[in-house]
Amino acid sequence: MTNPSIGRSIPRKEGREKVTGRARYVDDMTLPGMLFGATVRSPIARGRLRGIRFGEGLPWNELTTVTAKDIPGKNSIVLLEDDQPCLAAELVNHAEEAVVLLAHRDKYLIEEARRAVQLEIERLPAIFSIDDSLACKEIIWRADNVFKSLRVDKGDVDAALAEAEFVVEGEYETGAQEQLYIEPQGMIAEANGRDGVTVWGSLQCPYYVHKALAALFALPAEKIRVVQMETGGGFGGKEEYPSMIAAHAALLAWKSGRPVKMIYDRAEDMAATTKRHPSRTRHRTGVTRDGKIVAMDIDFTLDGGAYMTLSPVVLSRGTIHAAGPYDCANVRIRSRAVATNFPPHGAFRGFGAPQSVFALERHLDQVAKVVGLAPDELRRRNFVREGQTLAVGQVVHEKIDMNELMERAFELSGYRAKRERLARENPGSTIKRGIGFASFLHGAGFTGSGEDYLASVAEVEATSEGKIRVCAASTEMGQGTNTIFSQIAADALGLECSSVEVVQPDTAHVPNSGPTVASRTCMIVGKLVESAALGVKQSLLQNGFLREEDGHDAFAGACRLYIEKFGPLRASSRYSPSPEIHWDDAHYRGDAYGAYGWGVYVAEVSVDTLTGETRVEDFVAAQEVGRVINPVLAAGQIEGGVAQGVGFALYENVVWRDGRMINNQMTNYIMPTSMDVPPIRVYFEELPYARGPAGAKGIGELPLDGTAPAIINAVENATGIVVRRVPLTPEILLDALDAAREKVHA
Amino acid sequence: MPRAKRSMPEKVSVQCRVNGHDATLLDFPMARLLDALREQLSLTGIKEGCGEGECGACSIEMDGRLVNSCLVPVAQAEGATIRTIEGVADGEQLHEVQQAIITHGGAQCGICTPGMILAAVNLLEHNGRPTEAEVRVALAGNLCRCTGYTKIFESVLAAVTVAEARD
Repeated sequence: MTNPSIGRSIPRKEGREKVTGRARYVDDMTLPGMLFGATVRSPIARGRLRGIRFGEGLPWNELTTVTAKDIPGKNSIVLLEDDQPCLAAELVNHAEEAVVLLAHRDKYLIEEARRAVQLEIERLPAIFSIDDSLACKEIIWRADNVFKSLRVDKGDVDAALAEAEFVVEGEYETGAQEQLYIEPQGMIAEANGRDGVTVWGSLQCPYYVHKALAALFALPAEKIRVVQMETGGGFGGKEEYPSMIAAHAALLAWKSGRPVKMIYDRAEDMAATTKRHPSRTRHRTGVTRDGKIVAMDIDFTLDGGAYMTLSPVVLSRGTIHAAGPYDCANVRIRSRAVATNFPPHGAFRGFGAPQSVFALERHLDQVAKVVGLAPDELRRRNFVREGQTLAVGQVVHEKIDMNELMERAFELSGYRAKRERLARENPGSTIKRGIGFASFLHGAGFTGSGEDYLASVAEVEATSEGKIRVCAASTEMGQGTNTIFSQIAADALGLECSSVEVVQPDTAHVPNSGPTVASRTCMIVGKLVESAALGVKQSLLQNGFLREEDGHDAFAGACRLYIEKFGPLRASSRYSPSPEIHWDDAHYRGDAYGAYGWGVYVAEVSVDTLTGETRVEDFVAAQEVGRVINPVLAAGQIEGGVAQGVGFALYENVVWRDGRMINNQMTNYIMPTSMDVPPIRVYFEELPYARGPAGAKGIGELPLDGTAPAIINAVENATGIVVRRVPLTPEILLDALDAAREKVHA
Repeated sequence: MPRAKRSMPEKVSVQCRVNGHDATLLDFPMARLLDALREQLSLTGIKEGCGEGECGACSIEMDGRLVNSCLVPVAQAEGATIRTIEGVADGEQLHEVQQAIITHGGAQCGICTPGMILAAVNLLEHNGRPTEAEVRVALAGNLCRCTGYTKIFESVLAAVTVAEARD
């Protein structure tokens, strides 16, 4: 047996390519005769397209131009539904909606041409708020502007509220957030009637793009090929939008007969692609005198933007997470995702949960005040325990002890001593310091029966040299797929990690292991990789080429003999529904996720009351995530997620004017720099999960849930200001501080 | 996208030294050095993240100073000595910073990594024993969305230790 690689910090498989600049991203690729593509977009949010004028002085005959009528198949980016056109044909439903596509070999000229196309659009009244959408001020999407509504019912909320000693109400909001992967979106396409369509791009979900292209070109599946290039960050932003840019590049390639490269610049990427759904959450919470939460009445609304895209699924995750890791007998959650005339909001790490968790964890600090308990004491009296049920009725079978996790986080952060000391030191200083925390859970994998429907497949192949190739559509985008899949396959076969290669995702060569989203790659697909690797071993054992007692040095020889006799040595594994997981989609009840990650995050902040500036001074992230496959990569996921959470909480403010993002530059949309992140101490509790590879669960989204509420709870601890909305920019905090001072003087 | 006008002046020939080799770039005087190096010399390790000097993904060294190559006109490179990520390793022998980034998890998606490495290497050439605070300041012009920077700081400080042990 070789030294097991799971649990060790095996260096990133593609690390050498990345540090030498040799890693190939889509913009690093060039094809002979390649043209550059550009997109003409609507400057207005809602209207009727009356005409397209091509301005004077450009050689239009040299340019390839594509409009909706050039689409061979269905004018739609097929995802959950087909409501979103690939190119607007009659109606425009959001600013930056694509109307005309252009291609030319000169990338300077193409930019000039883009500016020379005039869209004649008759303006229609638009909807820019959740309230206007719910009030149906204009009907902009089907009958009632509602993409999806959900309800969760447990117990009798009205009766429990009527009997509760305290009823605490609150309303909370979160803003849009840009994923801001440092590599902008991009795609290269080749397309013709003979060979079909091939795209190479920066993307998370090869088979999403595949499905969208097949419908757009009305071609059979085998005529579509999607290849993932090295991807410079995704965070959900490259989950659904790459289908759009792939479609655009492919249409230009189809019409011109030449390869077409389409790379967004930062401004276009920020303005036109998806962002985190803005949200509004209302809480009404019934509590007994001794701090037991007896009723949670939650109303949760997401702004979905102009088309459905993934909003129902984001809503689902946000809804299920809205009641957190607490035991409460009576829970009612009403939620809906509504249409507005903003560009569609979409997937962003956490996928609805950071929104509803922010509301809950801010609200529980308010509840604690009303009841007269410390925030941790309130949580302690309400944490769900093994055998109790979550809001959707899921019985917790995990051995998690949230009190213990909270104590661990407090120990690491010195929470109690600091809370006392800072309260003593703050008076008299213009810099106020505070410490706060949030406790939360995050489900791994698709919700409910989602994984059953996906029925993902991964394949493992052995070569005659005893090397292993892992084939899956799960992409590496920085989070470590290549490395952890190698570790999992290596340990299943008793080999060195260096014997394993993870094949570049290419729909012509890899099976559909589902999208690279939802903290599912390690837990769900990793398990399939493990099973497929064991399948390879089983083939060798059954045919007598290998014996259980053989060492790893016998493996290569066994593979060679097998392949000589039988041909390719491969095994695949398909996700099979678990008999222990039951989900009732009609009543939104049951086992929402196979497993959860559990977290308690503690933030210490300082607030300059003269400038309104908040700094995060220290951060502890304690979580239980099952077995940790690779400690360095796992900690990197948490640290990066915390930094994005710092941005979500304090800096990242999308400014809209008439439905357009007007600060679509890194100059004025501010993300954390090296000067803004606190020291982040990461602690993993490991309770192996039986259905995860080597006991691992999901991890990627978890850190986005707890960071913002921990920070804002700390701001309240520092200043006494009750903040109900993120991002909390200095301007907003200064106004609140001024208002508080005036109140004192009055 | 580049914003140059069609009615552009003639292309000019610019002589410079790139990663230890003489190079000639032929481009419009105000074309971006970023594009010229990527397209004419195939130095695609230089990345474009924002095109306005905010993110640092296109960082290169020019006459020993760290610059954003998206903000440098080609004409300005006349006579300059340039180092890009492709010139940081000594053949197959990685620089301490490159090795430390691999070992300590300082790269995730990798798109900021070339610029980040040049910023760190540039720092270490001016200050062989930086504190963490100095590392933070030196990297403040290089944005990373994946790592939260923590493992990048660790990597740079670890590289210092390795370099000291070697010297």
